[in-house]
Amino acid sequence: MDKKIVIPGDFLSDDVKNATDGTYVEDGKVFAAVYGLASLKNQIRVVPLSGKYIPKRGDMVIATVSEVTFSNWITDIRSPYDGLLHISEFPKRIENDDMAKHINVGESVMALIKDVDPIMKVELTLNDRRLRRIDEGRIIQVAPSKVPRLIGRNGSMITLLKNNTNCNVFVGQNGRIWITGKERDMDFAEKIIFKIENESHVSGLTERINRFIKEEKGESAREPEYEQEPEIEEEDIETDKTVEKTEDIPVEEETQEEDAPEGILDELLGDGK
Amino acid sequence: MSKPEKFIEDGIRLDGRKFDELRPIKFEVGVLNRADGSCYLEMGGNKVVAAVYGPREVHPRHMQKSTTAIVRYKYNMASFSVEDRKRPGPDRRSSEVSKVSRQALEPVIFVEKYPRSAIDIFVEVLQADAGTRAAGINAASVALADAGIPMKSLVSACAVGKVDDTLVLDLNKDEDNYGQADMPVAVTQNGNITLLQMDGHLTSDEFKIGLEMAKKGCADIYQMQKAALMAKFSKSAEAESNE
Repeated sequence: MDKKIVIPGDFLSDDVKNATDGTYVEDGKVFAAVYGLASLKNQIRVVPLSGKYIPKRGDMVIATVSEVTFSNWITDIRSPYDGLLHISEFPKRIENDDMAKHINVGESVMALIKDVDPIMKVELTLNDRRLRRIDEGRIIQVAPSKVPRLIGRNGSMITLLKNNTNCNVFVGQNGRIWITGKERDMDFAEKIIFKIENESHVSGLTERINRFIKEEKGESAREPEYEQEPEIEEEDIETDKTVEKTEDIPVEEETQEEDAPEGILDELLGDGK
Repeated sequence: MSKPEKFIEDGIRLDGRKFDELRPIKFEVGVLNRADGSCYLEMGGNKVVAAVYGPREVHPRHMQKSTTAIVRYKYNMASFSVEDRKRPGPDRRSSEVSKVSRQALEPVIFVEKYPRSAIDIFVEVLQADAGTRAAGINAASVALADAGIPMKSLVSACAVGKVDDTLVLDLNKDEDNYGQADMPVAVTQNGNITLLQMDGHLTSDEFKIGLEMAKKGCADIYQMQKAALMAKFSKSAEAESNE
């Protein structure tokens, strides 16, 4: 893997055309703009090792309502900018007076970022059958920069997590994670997620997590209802591919298509009767 | 301490350094859990902590700019950082240091990436021993990188001064207090000057030579800043190369 740690100002390449995120161009040369991991093949990019969540169009996030105004829900999306959810973006037609009945202050929703304008006005939407209000399970938070690791290549890590904990797990791009399942299973899922977050930069992650899951299961004498899926030829570290994909397609869809026959979203929708 | 009779004897300074030698420097990245980025720095007798928060919402609201982020820098000396207790709180000197330090870092930060937000930098001096503004800038620039804030380059700073009619790099307390000149300089990686102040007197020739000395010192500091950032994730670097 041609990846290495770079700091701001490090020279990366002369190939100005392929410079993308995390880089800047000066005097016909490409330099790193952030402290992170640089990858030079195909596109030149630097994936930051830390940083705040910056909203991007097409991201799926978990938003928490902080204020209900005349026609907007103002939500916290864990970024420097508020997310605005307009009444017209609610799946069905509702009256202004009833807004708080549908989503009140303190409640959370899965939302899609519909648009981000140049002054960072963030518009959210619920107009998608996959999106809904969160009224069960729990929400935990990880650093947004760890989200790609948590999802894994083509959603492999998340599949591993779901299959071993009997929980539904939805990872928002803003680092909020929604888990639903039995209390004990959720505790277990939470434990694994925090382990992934803490050790995401150490080599052989998937393997270690696999081992961790086995050990934990053995200790608690929990009979595995799901057979463990063998992880084939897996990269423990998110690759350019994953990152590229997450940009335009919400990760969950990706999982749905490639890994799990019954994707999380269907499950989520299914159990919400 | 009173003024020493001689600052330099046989080409060796009072603390045993050569005229163009820096004091020992130690960086530590990510020392604070609640900050987005942080750095602890020991530079000779100076001990400073820098914390970076942001980009985050601007309060008070009227300070926000609709097209760029604002950078706020707060330099503060702890009351126990100097021999005689420093009266706590902002004063004329710390306001000035805050302002020039902010201006030393602002040109390298891509503020246009985060409109309507603020990047807050706090520098606390725990122990002062001349050259705290340079130490503060060095620590702050590493903390900014640690916070994942996009920048053109790191900024490195050090001072050059004159004692016994000789130019010396990185003044210590006595040289600063009783010397003839003190000139803090901050430069980017490619040598652009972002801070240049001078207290005392230098001839124009001395100024030119002094500036080159300071730039060389900054280049050395830059390498240490880089090494400190690399060390934080050395494990992941190994992981990457093993693949």
